[in-house]
Amino acid sequence: MTAEQTIASITAEAIEEELLSFLADRIKKTVAPDQDLFKSGLVSSMFAMQLVVYLEERYEIAVIGPDLTLDNFRTVQAMTSLVLRLRNANTADDA
Amino acid sequence: MQTDQSEHRLAIVGGGVMGTNIATLATGYGIPVTLIDVNDDALATARTTISQKLRHAQLMGALPAGRPRGELVTSTSIDDVADATTVIEAVVEIAETKAGVLTAASALVRPGTTLISNTSCIPIDEMGAWVARADELVGVHFMNPSYLIKMVEVIRGTQTSEATMTSVTGLLSAMGREALVIQDSAGFVINRLLHPLINTAAMLVEEGVASAEVVDGLLEGCLGHSTGPLRTGDLIGLDNLVDSLNVLYQRRGDESCRPSDLLLAKVRDGDLGRKTGRGFYDYGKVAS
Repeated sequence: MTAEQTIASITAEAIEEELLSFLADRIKKTVAPDQDLFKSGLVSSMFAMQLVVYLEERYEIAVIGPDLTLDNFRTVQAMTSLVLRLRNANTADDA
Repeated sequence: MQTDQSEHRLAIVGGGVMGTNIATLATGYGIPVTLIDVNDDALATARTTISQKLRHAQLMGALPAGRPRGELVTSTSIDDVADATTVIEAVVEIAETKAGVLTAASALVRPGTTLISNTSCIPIDEMGAWVARADELVGVHFMNPSYLIKMVEVIRGTQTSEATMTSVTGLLSAMGREALVIQDSAGFVINRLLHPLINTAAMLVEEGVASAEVVDGLLEGCLGHSTGPLRTGDLIGLDNLVDSLNVLYQRRGDESCRPSDLLLAKVRDGDLGRKTGRGFYDYGKVAS
């Protein structure tokens, strides 16, 4: 299976798992999927932008316009929803 | 006082960390900017950086909603400062370089144009000797990232006029910044306190007393710093930090400002902090 196929068929569970692993690696702490990363002080404003770039590159999406708001990156669950929504929009555009 | 964005046309000289920060802030608030640097490669990099920083500012809700962005023009010619209402010098903290830029800009602009130095440590009165009209020169120490931190340190030189203070206050208000004004002194308030702190933190790591994470963790956890000194150093850029420490050491003779061996080694190795992806910390891919 190629990387492209893996991304094309990725599920919410898989995204969530990848994000939790990415965060554990970068901030050296285990977080819960519904934990507010900014309110808890685990993630700085500078790291927030790295999260945006990571999601864009990993899941082949573009976070633009009103989607580029901190609320979409507060929790792993919110990021997962955003990725799925933008990926579905891409698929609809391609159809 | 000109607090309306349409009254301002900024020229920023220097497209590094601070030049791009200030350009992001200004254009994000609708003020047109002419950004000047030495060559097209530097300007292309600066354009990309400003675009990333505008995204970062939007992400953090730091820009006024619904306001059209100010136009960004780039140029390799210092002559293009001539039409600005304010010129901001944001080049490296090396006296000869700043002198060259300020002297040239001062000769090109109309009388009544505010000249701002985003100096880190060099006193404003020292710079006053480099310009045609020292009364139009004022120091503004923007923080990094300038578009996220509202407070700025404004340095009034002994010759800075009241009209210049009014002008700079208007510009800062138009960019949503709040100013605290101080008198002139090498390093001013922020860097006279901050730079020896970062340098001493580097010495503690160098001596093996504690790791970077532990030094920062103590300052954050015990003293309530939002970012530890070494993470702050990485954000400033360790090469700029060393330049500024040299300015402070030469002018004040304070041993705590003599750049530590560890800082010098990191600069030699090209580990300049966040902008190169590694300094005291590893940032992975450079993202903003």
